[in-house]
Order: sequence, then C-alpha cells, then structure tokens
Amino acid sequence: MNIEDFITRIEEEFDDIQPGTLKPASVFREVFEWNSINALILIAMVKTEYDVVINAEDIANSKTIEDIYKIIESKS
Amino acid sequence: MALFEIADVQISGIAACVPEKVLSNHDYKWIKGSERDLLIKTIGVEQRHIAAVGQTTSDLCFQAATQLMEQLKWNPEDIKLLIFVSQSRDYIIPSTSTILQDRLKLPKTCMAFDINLGCSGYIYGLSVMSSLIKSTGFEKCLLLVGDLSNVTSSYRDKSTYPLFGDAGTATALEYKPGAPPIQFNLQSDGSGHEAIIIRDGGVRNLINKQSFAVKKYGDGIYRNRLQIELNGIEVFNFSLREVVPNIKTTLRHFNHTLDEFDYLLFHQANRLINETLRKMLKVDPAKVPYSLKEYGNTSCASIPLTMVTQLRAELANKPQKLLLTAFGIGLSWGTVMLETNKIVVPEITILKGNTEIEENA
Repeated sequence: MNIEDFITRIEEEFDDIQPGTLKPASVFREVFEWNSINALILIAMVKTEYDVVINAEDIANSKTIEDIYKIIESKS
Repeated sequence: MALFEIADVQISGIAACVPEKVLSNHDYKWIKGSERDLLIKTIGVEQRHIAAVGQTTSDLCFQAATQLMEQLKWNPEDIKLLIFVSQSRDYIIPSTSTILQDRLKLPKTCMAFDINLGCSGYIYGLSVMSSLIKSTGFEKCLLLVGDLSNVTSSYRDKSTYPLFGDAGTATALEYKPGAPPIQFNLQSDGSGHEAIIIRDGGVRNLINKQSFAVKKYGDGIYRNRLQIELNGIEVFNFSLREVVPNIKTTLRHFNHTLDEFDYLLFHQANRLINETLRKMLKVDPAKVPYSLKEYGNTSCASIPLTMVTQLRAELANKPQKLLLTAFGIGLSWGTVMLETNKIVVPEITILKGNTEIEENA
C-alpha cells in the first residue's frame, strides 16, 4: 500500500475528479464538493480496499489526502 | 450468544402490499441537481411508495394477509397466532395486533401481540414465531411485518427523506414435523440507540410545544423532534463493523458456507452499505437481490418485500436455501438461515388511495 495507489482509488471512486489532479497535499474539502455522501463513499472505499474503518472523527480531523492516508496506515 | 435453531417449522407463503402513491427522488427539489444525482446513485433509491394520509401499516398488512390467506386457502378461523412487527402502530395504545385479529376475522382463541423493532424486525419476528410454533404445535400462524416511515420524516431533511418507502407484508408459518431447522444468530447494542431515533412523543420525552419546533441540524437538514433523525456515518460504521462477523459466526456455528445459499437477502438499508457488505463477503451480485430502486428502504418489510418482488418465481417453483441478514435501528441485528420448499408468493398488491403529491407537508 502506498499513497499513489490510494490517490488512484479515490480518483476511480469519485467521478468529479480529473485523473492526475489529486496530490497528497490536496485539501479534500476543496477538491470534492464535500458532503456527507462523499464521506460515506470514502469510508466504504477504505473498508473495501484496505479493510480499515475510518470514522466521522477521523475525517473531521483530516485536512489533506495525506492526513487520511496516514490514519489508514496507522489502523492497518 | 443468541445462536439457536428451531426445527419442525416451515414458511408456507409470503405476500407484500405497498401504497399506490409513488414519489420519484428525481423530483426531490429540496437539494440541487448534482447532489440529488449523487444521492440517488449512492443510496440506490429511484422512487418510493408512500402511504396517503389516513393509510396505516396495518392497512397494508391487512391487504397482504387477506391475499395470502386466500391463495393458501387458509380459513381465518384456524389461525392460532398473529404477531405484528412495526414501529408505526395505529395508536399509541392499544396494540395493533389485536385490531388486526378482529379485522382479519381471526377467532378469539387466537393469540396476538406486537413487537416493536425496525430494520431487524423480520428476522426477530421469525425467531419469536418459530419458537412459539415449535413449543405449541400451532398449525397456522401469521407474521405481519411493515412500516410507514414517511409520516415521520421531514421533507427538508435530505439525510432521511429520500430514503424510506412504506410497505406491509404477511408471512404464513406452520408447524410441520420434519421441516429443516431455521437457524438464528441475533444481537443487540443499545449503546447506539441514538443513531436512529425519534426523540419526543414517548415517555422519556413527553410531547410538548418544543417538540414541534423545526430546527436546523446541518446543511439541508431541518426537522422537528417528532421526526426521524438518522446519523448516517454512525449507522454505516456499525453496519461495516458488525454485520459480516455476525454472518461468519453463524455460518461457522452451523457448519455452512456461503456457497450453499441460493440467495443472500439483506435488509435494504441503502445501496452503498449493502454493496460494501456484499464486496466484503465476496459474493456475486446475482445472488444479492435488491428492492431499493423501486421501493426504497422499507424498514422491517424490506426482506419479505424483496422476496416477493425479486424472487417470486424462484420461491414458488423450486426449493431455496436462503441467508437473511438485517441490521439497523436499536441497534439490533442478526442473521437467519432457512430453507423454503415451493412456497405461495402472490404478486405484490397495491393499496388504493389518494395519489396526489403533497410534498411540502
């Protein structure tokens, strides 16, 4: 598992994102039209791909794609 | 653990009824187009059947039960037990089961009571009814399961309004020596009771003037305290945490593998939850039917409604080995493994009524 894979998975999951535009330092509330549905889609993807459950707090405490990635890493 | 099996009880038939009025989520104007499209795609609900004012869950169950008894050629006089499972009863008191006993012309020798459960209601209802049948030898019994969820949801709450559909179902169970065991694994966790809740109107918070005050709880989320509140992320994480282990424990305990089952019937929570569970179990989509698209999340009715609308021919024409899993409000969840043998499944019936749209109520 590495952050490039994680970014690819996110780009696959969310239709709105142009492939190649997402960076580890991207603030995800700025890249997506962020709402609770997107939060659920992200939680589902992380569970399916990495067998890790991230919760509402994890998302609230994260700003960038890398922040989320680090949480997944620490939980897996 | 509440792992147990009950032999000598069989399901003889299942029927379902929905109200005539249909609301399309594509017409849900409270949220803007792009969010609406994402919402519909994510929850998997295109439209829902909604009860007209004055129609009740018991009306839907009454029509389903009447149709089922006719097709089974059951005489109402012979029914020994009626259980009504719902969270939308006719009155605060008395219980709805006795009203249905009278309306269905069941005899006064019939035992009748309510069970107050939502999402997990069908599998809990099956467990209680099977246990009673096994211990009494009652020959003909009716399990009536359904909910009206829209009467208590706020149009201006995007986290609940597009999700729920109204439905009522009837399942006929019988004492049948030699019938294969029905196997259960039922669980509960009340520490999560606030995840899906209507706060006022019960005894903990008596109804008062403040109960009617509409408040904002988030972007696009306005409701009062008599309307349903749903914490999507909490429910989602609970489902991801508990459901697959519950299924795996059940399979292991009773020496089964997932491959043995013709179909897996999930409570129709929403498409994202159910698809994530399906992928975690690595099960082929063809084995996991959905009624969400046309009917929405129909609470405790969702599993029998899915059986009637998606598996009617299969259930009627050949034996089936089924795994049923339900999870949600309570929190309450569990798995049932059962076999059916060419059961009676009438086509879904529609309860006629006012179909005018009154969305901004």
